[in-house]
Amino acid sequence: MNAILDAIRWFFHGEQWHGTDGIPHRLSEHLWYSGLAFAITVAIALPLGLLLGHVRRGRAASFFGFSVIASANGARALPTLGLLILAVLVTSSSLVPTLIPLIVLAIPPVLVNAYTGVQQVEPGLRDAAEGMGMTGTQVLWRVEAPVALPLVLLGLRTAAIQIVSTATIAAYVGLGGLGRFIVDGLKRQEYSSTAGGAILVILLAFLIQFVFALLRRVAVSPGLRRTS
Amino acid sequence: MITFTGVTKRYPDGTVAVHDLDLEIAAGRITVLVGPSGCGKTTTLRMVNRMIDPTSGTITVDGRDIREVDPPRLRRGIGYVIQQAGLFPHRTIIDNIATVPYLLHQDKKQARTRALELMERVGLDTALAKRYPAQLSGGQQQRVGVARALAADPPVMLMDEPFSAVDPIVRGQLQDEFLRLQSELEKTIVFVTHDIDEAVKLGHRIAVFQVGGVLAQYATPDELLANPANDFVRDFLGGDRGIRRLRFVQELDAEAAAERRAAVPEPAEPPPGGEAAAAGER
Amino acid sequence: MSAALSPVAAGDNGEPLIRWDWIGHNSDIITQALNDHLVLSIVPVVLGLVISLPIGLLCARYRWLYAPVVGLTSVLYAIPAIALFVVLVAFTGLTRTTVMIPLTLYTLSVLVPAVVDGMDSVPEHVRQAATAMGFGTLRRLVQVELPIAVPVVMAGLRVATVSNISLVSVGALIGVGGLGQLFTDGFNRDFTTPIIVGIALIIALAIAADVVLLVVQRLLTPWARAGSSRRAARRAVRAEPAMPEEAAL
Repeated sequence: MNAILDAIRWFFHGEQWHGTDGIPHRLSEHLWYSGLAFAITVAIALPLGLLLGHVRRGRAASFFGFSVIASANGARALPTLGLLILAVLVTSSSLVPTLIPLIVLAIPPVLVNAYTGVQQVEPGLRDAAEGMGMTGTQVLWRVEAPVALPLVLLGLRTAAIQIVSTATIAAYVGLGGLGRFIVDGLKRQEYSSTAGGAILVILLAFLIQFVFALLRRVAVSPGLRRTS
Repeated sequence: MITFTGVTKRYPDGTVAVHDLDLEIAAGRITVLVGPSGCGKTTTLRMVNRMIDPTSGTITVDGRDIREVDPPRLRRGIGYVIQQAGLFPHRTIIDNIATVPYLLHQDKKQARTRALELMERVGLDTALAKRYPAQLSGGQQQRVGVARALAADPPVMLMDEPFSAVDPIVRGQLQDEFLRLQSELEKTIVFVTHDIDEAVKLGHRIAVFQVGGVLAQYATPDELLANPANDFVRDFLGGDRGIRRLRFVQELDAEAAAERRAAVPEPAEPPPGGEAAAAGER
Repeated sequence: MSAALSPVAAGDNGEPLIRWDWIGHNSDIITQALNDHLVLSIVPVVLGLVISLPIGLLCARYRWLYAPVVGLTSVLYAIPAIALFVVLVAFTGLTRTTVMIPLTLYTLSVLVPAVVDGMDSVPEHVRQAATAMGFGTLRRLVQVELPIAVPVVMAGLRVATVSNISLVSVGALIGVGGLGQLFTDGFNRDFTTPIIVGIALIIALAIAADVVLLVVQRLLTPWARAGSSRRAARRAVRAEPAMPEEAAL
């Protein structure tokens, strides 16, 4: 318990609050890497998932759907730390090889949830939408995407959590961010720094949870919330 | 008027859903397509708004071949009501009703005002306007479905078993109100059902389909009950006993309708301007 | 971390990505790591199952419990493993327990919703028929409801097991990581072979565990047709903890 108190005291040392090894700088690093990886992930996986779910007809589409789900289940088995280390060892270490595992691991939840969300929209809804004269794009944007939104948000949240967590581990291979406090603390046997870093990461995770809960509240139609 | 000429729908696996169909559906009337499941009645209905394209043959609406019209445009001019209503769960009732006017880029405020009028017209309390579909009963949802199909005032309405998901009492009410509404609006309605009672009650003309997509008989309810074309039709009507029962029910309905007319003199309402415009455009 | 930042990487100095002779010389280390890994990942799954069954059943029965319980487990799920490991070090030291507690918590966050979903997958008419035939609550649960819930629960169990197998390796950062030790070892020596061996073994272990669980599921539900496996797979994807509306608000 004393160790935790030490960690809390660690927050109040003046030195933690400025300089390149200060909390504000490390936090902004962490947010920058995570934000970048998240943006790239979303840009790749979200349109693809929505589109695959929308097409859904025909043998090719169902094959794609099956592979998407299978690959997502498979991706769960990939060990983050191993991939990060391998990526850094086989390339010259820089930001890019570290970001790639972050993105690769975050794509499956976004892809699968967007795909499943759209694909599972009740056939009657699509039928009604088409029957009233919506074009394919209109069906996707006005009906399928809003109805799939709770699942889409779930996927985005999982990806965000995954990225923040992997970015923490990436400190081990030299990335900046909050993970530095943990890794450096472990190396120097300064538990207060390690635990302080861990507490910051936990707070960040809570913040993400909070943001997504808020997003769900704002973006998901009350008509969907009541039934689900 | 909707005309089918030599229309056949054959699926890639060889199943024939509709076989060489010739059918004329009168304007301003309710035409009921009835038959057992797998008889092609729903396929026939869905070919009218090109949800399904026929393998061969021609379908015209008011003389115009529907293949010449882009499907989304065609569909915006044809009302469409399906079983379970197919309401959008994420939109309020009023926005559900105004779907097609929005698609046609009509003025939002006007579309909403019209949606509120339609709610009253189909017997819905306008206090429900801001609710979501999940908060409504099955019968109320079907009314919203009908109001939504009417929103852009299309001259033609396609209705696929619109009342079969609700309990018999609510179904009876919905049918009665539907007849009242139709007597005011005089839309060209194609109505699919598997329920012969419903067909006899609602239809000006009834098309009986048999399995394999063959039209067995196309007649008014009176003709149908008086002269079933073949054994299939006779059986479908429930044999001699069934025919007697249907005649009896038909008389009761007629009496009830007459009483309603006597009690509430229908205002002779001029057809709404929008309808004429929409018809002219087609 | 200057080693990481230096451009001296395995591929650069002519060293092959994988040196097969290293594997032969170090088979005992690898086997030991594999054993550790197995224990570290399977024990939490078993513990998680034992804990989440009663919790899930309670939540299925007393619905008001579900939202707060899922809220709690999904918040726990969001916490990065390394952070939990580090915090727990203060209480349980650099031991296996420190790694197994968070993994158990993650298992809970997947399995509690899975148990509830599984119970929800029992059709109401089946439940009523069982009651009408005179099943008592417990007998109905064991003989009727749980068997029907098996596919959904097993889907959750597979997700939890596979995730745990890959997560254990993060424990290497505090020195308890099973096959993850091969990663840190390789990193410290700038040597890719152990890393590739570790990744390959972890993936193989995950696949093997998944297959075993699938076979167990088949044996437990002989009535299920071939078609149901795809449905179960689909549910497995959704077995991530649900997002409760009230979470964190």
